[in-house]
Amino acid sequence: MGKELLEDMEEFEEDTQKDKYLTFKVDEESYGIGIGIVTEIIGIQPITQVPELPEYIRGIINLRGKIIPVMDVRMRFKRPIREYSDRTCVIVIEVRDMSVGLIVDSVSDVLNIPEEEVVPPPEIQRNSNKYVNAIGKVGKSIVLLLDCNRLLKDEDYLMMKELENKEE
Amino acid sequence: MSEMFSNTSMLEMYIFETTQLIGQLENMMLEVEKKNSYDEGCVNEIFRLMHTIKGSSSMMLFNSIAHLAHSIEDLFYFIREQKPLTIDNSTLCDLVLEGIDFIKVELEKIKNGSEPDADADYLINRIKEFLLFIKGGTPNLKEIIRPEKNKKQQYYIAPDVKQETEEVNYFFANIKFQKGCEMENIRAYTVINNLKDISEELINFPEDIIEDEKAEYIRENGFDIYIKSKSSKEDILDLINKTIFLENLTFKEIEEKEAKEIFRKPEKIILEKEIKIPKLESTDEKAEEKQSTPNHVAQNVISVSVTKLDQLMDLVGEMVIAEAMVTQNPDLKDLELENFHKSARQLRKITNELQDIVMSIRMVPLSTTFLKMHRIVRDISKKQGKEVELQLIGEETEVDKNIIEHIGDPLMHLIRNAVDHGIEDGDIRETKGKNKAGKIILEAKNAGSDVLIIIKDDGKGLNRDKLIEKGLEKNLINKPIEELTDKEVYNLIFHPGFSTKENVTEFSGRGVGMDVVVKNLEAIGGSIHVDSIEDKGTTITLKIPLTLAIIDGMNVRVGEARYTIPLMNVRESFRPVKEQLISDPDGNEMIMLRGNCYPIYRLHEFYDVKTNIKNPMEGILVMVDQTEKSSCILVDELLGQQPVVVKALPNFIKNTKNIKGIGGCTLLGDGSISLILDVNGIEYGE
Repeated sequence: MGKELLEDMEEFEEDTQKDKYLTFKVDEESYGIGIGIVTEIIGIQPITQVPELPEYIRGIINLRGKIIPVMDVRMRFKRPIREYSDRTCVIVIEVRDMSVGLIVDSVSDVLNIPEEEVVPPPEIQRNSNKYVNAIGKVGKSIVLLLDCNRLLKDEDYLMMKELENKEE
Repeated sequence: MSEMFSNTSMLEMYIFETTQLIGQLENMMLEVEKKNSYDEGCVNEIFRLMHTIKGSSSMMLFNSIAHLAHSIEDLFYFIREQKPLTIDNSTLCDLVLEGIDFIKVELEKIKNGSEPDADADYLINRIKEFLLFIKGGTPNLKEIIRPEKNKKQQYYIAPDVKQETEEVNYFFANIKFQKGCEMENIRAYTVINNLKDISEELINFPEDIIEDEKAEYIRENGFDIYIKSKSSKEDILDLINKTIFLENLTFKEIEEKEAKEIFRKPEKIILEKEIKIPKLESTDEKAEEKQSTPNHVAQNVISVSVTKLDQLMDLVGEMVIAEAMVTQNPDLKDLELENFHKSARQLRKITNELQDIVMSIRMVPLSTTFLKMHRIVRDISKKQGKEVELQLIGEETEVDKNIIEHIGDPLMHLIRNAVDHGIEDGDIRETKGKNKAGKIILEAKNAGSDVLIIIKDDGKGLNRDKLIEKGLEKNLINKPIEELTDKEVYNLIFHPGFSTKENVTEFSGRGVGMDVVVKNLEAIGGSIHVDSIEDKGTTITLKIPLTLAIIDGMNVRVGEARYTIPLMNVRESFRPVKEQLISDPDGNEMIMLRGNCYPIYRLHEFYDVKTNIKNPMEGILVMVDQTEKSSCILVDELLGQQPVVVKALPNFIKNTKNIKGIGGCTLLGDGSISLILDVNGIEYGE
C-alpha cells in the first residue's frame, strides 16, 4: 500500500471529524469537545476512590479490564455537587496517550459547528474561562468549547507545588 | 495500519532481529573457540548470519555495521571456500567477537534513538589484514601497515553530489606489489574497488583482473589504471598509497586530450558499473542458500509485541470476571438449572485453561540470559589467565519476561564475582589439590511459585575472619564477634561499599555491586542467600518469583474501599487485645507483641477513608514486613486471599500525584477495583 494513499486516508478521516463536537450539559450550560478525542460514552459506573487525589478526580473505574481515572466536570468547574442519576454519563476521551473519563450531567448531541461560527471567548472574566477555548454558535444557542488539555492539567496542584518550592 | 509501514516499526524489527542474530553468532563463536575447530555447518551458519546482518543493516542505512558485517562475511567466505588448514583460531575469534561487540554498541545507540556514528574502519582493516594474512600465508603480520582511518565512507554515500562543481582530472597509475605477497589479482581488484568510489570512470589493464592467470602478469609488470575523477590528485594518491604490500607506484596526471583517446574505447569503459565480481561468489551464494534451507528448522516461533500480550491478558482477565457474573447471576438464584450448571462448569474449565495459557505465553526460558554468561566467563578468564568452565543446568526453566529483564545484570555481576574473586589462579588450585580449571555451575530450577537460580563455584570460598575484619573496619558489626552466625557474616558482603578484594580490577572489586544486586532482586520481590565453605567454594542462591504480573494478595476492606496487600509482605494478622495497645504522648500508637514493639498505621486515617471501625479491637491488625522493620496496619476486616493480576495505575493519576503506599491496582472477582498496597510506602512523613 502506498504511503500517499495512507496519508490521504488519514486526511479524509480528519476531514470527517473536523468541526464536529460532542456536546454535553453541566447545569444549564452546553459544552462541546472535539469529537476526535472521544473514545466512547458509557453510563455511570461504580467508582473506586483513590486517596490523596484532588477532589474532582473521583477515582478509577473498570472499563472492560482497562482501568481509567474519572473526573467530575461539575466539581472541576467548582459547581455544587449533584447526585449521579440515570442521565449521568462518562465520556471517555484520550488526550496525550492518557484515557480519562469525564463525568457529565448528560450527553446531548454531536453537532457540526463550522469554523466561521466559532469565536474566541471574551476576555472579561478573570481567569475563570481558562478551560473554555472558544465559543460556538448553533442557531440561537451557544456551546462553550473546552480545551481538554487544560482540563486535565491540574493547575491548582502545580501552583501549590510551586509555592512549596518557593518556601523551601 | 499505517504503523506497519512506518520506519519505527521497521527499526524495531531490525533491532530485534539483529540482536538475536548477534546473540546466536556470539554463542557459536564461543562454541567454536572451545572446540578449536570449524565444521562446515558452523562456517556456513556464521557466513549466513553475517550476510543477513549486512543486508538488513545496509537497508536501514547503518553503513558502518554493514561494512563491518561485510568484511567478516568476506573472511568466512574465504574460509568456507578455501578451507585453509591453519588458522590462528584465537585471533579469529577475538576479531569476530570484537566485531560483535561493535555491532552491539551500535545497536544500543540505535535503540536509544541516537545515530550509530562509531567508525568501524579500524576493525574492518584489521579483519582485512587478517584475511590477507590467511590468504597469503605470509608470516610477517606485523609488517603490515595499519592505514589510518580513511574518509572513504563519505564518498560512498553521495559520490556525485559532493564534487559536482570541481573539474575533471585524468590520471594514470601503475602499481606493482611486493614480491611474494601472492594473490596479486585480488589485491589489484581491491585497489580498483576502492578507487571506483571516487572516480567517474576507470580503465584497468589487464582487464578482468579477477581471473587467476592474470596474477602472474601483474606480478611481473604491475597493472595500469586510467582514472577519470573529480577528486584531487592528492586524494587519489592517498587512496592508492594505502594499498597493502605496495611496492612501486608510478603516478602521473595526463592531458585531457590523451586521456579522452583512451577513454573513448568503449569496450574498455567501466561506467559506474560493478567491476566483475568473482563468479564463484554469486553462484555460490545461491547454492548456499539452498543448502541452508534444509538445515534450518522450520520456524515455529513468532515474535509478538508485549503490548498485545498485555491486552490479551486484560481481556482474558475480564472474561473470567464476566464468566463469574453470568454463572453467579442473582437472577439465577434458587432456580433448578442442572443443564445450565453443567455448561457453566465447562465454561469455567475453559476460561481457566485460557488464563493459564495466556500467562504461560509471557514466560520465557532463561537460556538466553544464561548463554550470555559464557561470554562473560570467557572474557574475564582470558584476561586473568584463569581456566574456568561454566556449566549450565536447567536453563530451559521459564520465568516471566519482565523478570528476565531484571535479573540479567545481577546475574552477570555474580558470575563476574565468581570468576574474579572466587576461582583461584591455576597453580594455586593445583597446590590445593583441585582441578586446574575452575568450575562454575549456573543452575535454575522451579520451587513452587518461585524460581531458584544457583551460582556455585569451587573457588576459595568466603573467609570468615577476613569478612569480620573488614566489617569491623567499616563499622558494620554491632554484636560480639563470637555471637555472629556464619550467615550474618556472609551477609556482610551485601552492604554497600564492602569489598575484601584488595585490588580493584576492571571486572569487580569496587564494592559497588552486591548491594545493587540485592536491590535489583528486591525490586522484583526476590531474595538472595549465600553459603560458603572455605577452600571448597561459594554457593549463591537467588529466589525470584515466577511472575510479576500475578501475585498472591490478601484482600482487606476499609469502609467501602478495598485494598490488596501482597501476601509475601504479610507476616500475620490478628485482633489485638487492650493490654497490647500503647500510645505515646504524641498520639502515636504502638502494639506490644511477644516482647517487640510495632507501630500501628490506621489505614482509614492514612488514606482518609470513612469507616465505622475506629477501635483497633474491633478491626484486624495485619502485620507486614517493611524493608527494615515490621509494622501493623489496621483494617476493618479481611476478605480472603487470592492471586491477583497486577495493573499499573492510569498514567493520568501517576502524572497528577505520586500516591504514597499504592503500588498499583487489580480487579477483584466481582469486577470491582482494589488498590494494591506497597507496604514500604506506608509510614508517616515528617
